[in-house]
Amino acid sequence: MMDGDIRKNTYDDGSVDVETGEQRIRNFNINFGPQHPAAHGVLRLVLELDGEIVERCDPHIGLLHRGTEKLMESRTYLQNLPYFDRLDYVAPMNQEHAWCLAIERLTGVTVPRRASLIRVLYSEIGRILNHLLNVTTQAMDVGALTPPLWGFEEREKLMVFYERACGARLHAAYFRPGGVHQDLPPQLVDDIEAWAEHFPKVLDDLDGLLTENRIFKQRNAFIGVVTEADALAWGYSGVMVRGSGMAWDLRRAQPYECYDEFDFRIPVGKNGDCYDRYLCRMAEMRESTAIIRQAIAKLRAPEGQGDVLARGKIAPPPRGEMKRSMEALIHHFKLYTEGFHVPAGEVYAAVEAPKGEFGVYLVADGTNRPYRAKLRAPGFPHLQSIDWMARGHMLADVAAIIGTMDIVFGEVDR
Amino acid sequence: MTEALTALGAHIASALGADVLGTGVAHGELTVTVRAPAIPAVLTFLRDDSGCRFSTLVDITAVDYPDRAERFDVVYHLLSMYRNHRIRVKAPVGEQDIVPSATPVHPSANWFEREVFDMFGILFSGHPDLRRILTDYGFRGHPLRKDFPTTGFTEVRYDEAQKRVVYEPVRLVQEYRQFDFMSPWEGAARILPGDEKKGS
Repeated sequence: MMDGDIRKNTYDDGSVDVETGEQRIRNFNINFGPQHPAAHGVLRLVLELDGEIVERCDPHIGLLHRGTEKLMESRTYLQNLPYFDRLDYVAPMNQEHAWCLAIERLTGVTVPRRASLIRVLYSEIGRILNHLLNVTTQAMDVGALTPPLWGFEEREKLMVFYERACGARLHAAYFRPGGVHQDLPPQLVDDIEAWAEHFPKVLDDLDGLLTENRIFKQRNAFIGVVTEADALAWGYSGVMVRGSGMAWDLRRAQPYECYDEFDFRIPVGKNGDCYDRYLCRMAEMRESTAIIRQAIAKLRAPEGQGDVLARGKIAPPPRGEMKRSMEALIHHFKLYTEGFHVPAGEVYAAVEAPKGEFGVYLVADGTNRPYRAKLRAPGFPHLQSIDWMARGHMLADVAAIIGTMDIVFGEVDR
Repeated sequence: MTEALTALGAHIASALGADVLGTGVAHGELTVTVRAPAIPAVLTFLRDDSGCRFSTLVDITAVDYPDRAERFDVVYHLLSMYRNHRIRVKAPVGEQDIVPSATPVHPSANWFEREVFDMFGILFSGHPDLRRILTDYGFRGHPLRKDFPTTGFTEVRYDEAQKRVVYEPVRLVQEYRQFDFMSPWEGAARILPGDEKKGS
C-alpha cells in the first residue's frame, strides 16, 4: 500500500493492508492558550483539527473570573464604579458610562451639559484607544510587527490625556453618577485638540501599512464571513454587526448623553469578513476624531461652561462649600460612607462601547447597594460563536478570527 | 415612547394569551412577565411577529429572591434592530423547576444559559451542552445565589512542598465586612427600643 493512499484494499483471502500507526488518521486535539500570545489574554481553546482544518473549537473561559457581579452586591453604588474599569480595560470609561447611565435613569438625575460633553469626549478617546489596540494587534497576529509599535505611541498619548483628567492611566473612575469627577483644565482641552489635528496622519500611515498590504489582505479577506442573519442569530453588536452591512449604532439609533447633537457617519462593511471589520474600525477612528473636535468646540462655547456634577444627593458638594457649610460636610461624609440610596426599580442601560453593546441590568431595592447588577459584555456572545465561525477554517485563521472579534477577557469573564 | 411600548405590550399580551402573566412599562422599558414553560414559544413569537421582530437576544440572566415561593426570575433582554425597540421578558422559576432552553430559537442563548446555570443552578432542558462556564473546573455551588457567601468556601494556593495548586477551606483573619448603613432613623421597619410604649 502506498503511503497516503486513502483506499481500503481488501483481498480475496479476506486480508487487508496493514496500516502503521502513522497511517491510521485521526483528528488531532490541540490546546490553544491560555498562554498563547494570539489568544489575547487568558483564552483557552480546545481545537479539534483535521490536518490544518478546524473541526471543532471549544473555548474554555473563566480563567479571569473575579466574581464582579457578586462583589457588587455587597458594595455601594459608588464603590462599584471602579469595577467597571476592570472589565474591558482597553476602554475603561465607556463601561463606567453604562453604570452611570443606569443609576441616573433610576434616580432621575440630569447631567449638566459640560459633564455630558466631557463624557462624549472621553468615550470617543476610549473608542480610539480600543480600536488602535485591536487593529494593530490583529496585524501582529497575522504577522506584522510595525503597526503595534506605531499605534501604541498614540495610545500612550491618549493615556496621558486620561491621566491628566483623572490621575490614572487605566483605572480611571472618572465618570461619576451625575457627571464627571473633575473639570478639565483648559490646557488639556487644547492639547487634545492638537492631538486630534495630528492623529489622522497617523491613521494614514497605518492605512499605508495595512490596507493594501498583500499579506494582511490574504490573511483577512473572506475569513470569518458573517451574514446579516448570522449576526442577529448570534447576538452580535458593534463592529461585528456593522461589518456585515447593517448601519446599527446605539449612538445613532438610541442616542444617550448628547450624541444626537454630533455629526458623524456610521461606516458599514460589505462582505462581513475580517477585512471589512478592520476597515470599519479604521473608519470609526476617523469619525471619533471628528466627534472629539466637535466636542472640544462645544466645550469652549458659552453653553458648554458650568459645573460638571449634578450637585444633589448622589454627588459630593464642591470643596469650597465644605469649608463653610456644616450640611455640605455632613453630606460629603454620608456620601462616602453610607453612599446614596437608589429608588427601587430595574433598568437596562446600554452604551455603544467600542466592542459593541455594553449593557448594565440593574435591579435596585431602595438601599445603598444594588440588589443585582448584570453586566452584559459584548465580547461574551462574540466569543461563543467562535465554534461556528472557526469551523472549516485553517488553524492559522483562528488567530485572525480572535483578533477580529475583539476579545478582552476582563469583560468576557467578569 | 411610553404609549408605543404600552401598545406593544397589549399586542403581545393579546397574541400570547394565557402565557403572559403581566406587562408593564417603567423607565421607558417594556417588561413582559410570562410563564417559564412558554419561553421558547414567546421568544419565537417575538422574533417572527412583524410588529415585534425582536431578532437579537441581548442577554439572559437571573435574579434571586430567596423569600419568594418561586425563587428566581429568569430575565431575557431582546432587541429589534429593525423596529428599534427593546423588551424585557421575565419568567418566575422555582428552585426545582426546569426551564426550556432558548437555544433552538436563538443560538446565542447557549452561553447565556450556561452562565445562568453556573451562577444560579437553574437547569435548562434541551440545552446542547449545559456545563459550567465561568467558575473553576470542579467548582461546587452557585455563586450568585443570595445564600452563597461572597468569600466562597474554598481558597487556592501554590504548595511549595507538593509542587501544585492546592484547594483549602477559606480561612479568614477578619470576618467579611458587610456594612449595614441602613439608617434606623429613615423609615426603618423595626420598632426601636422604647417605642412600643408610645401607644399605651
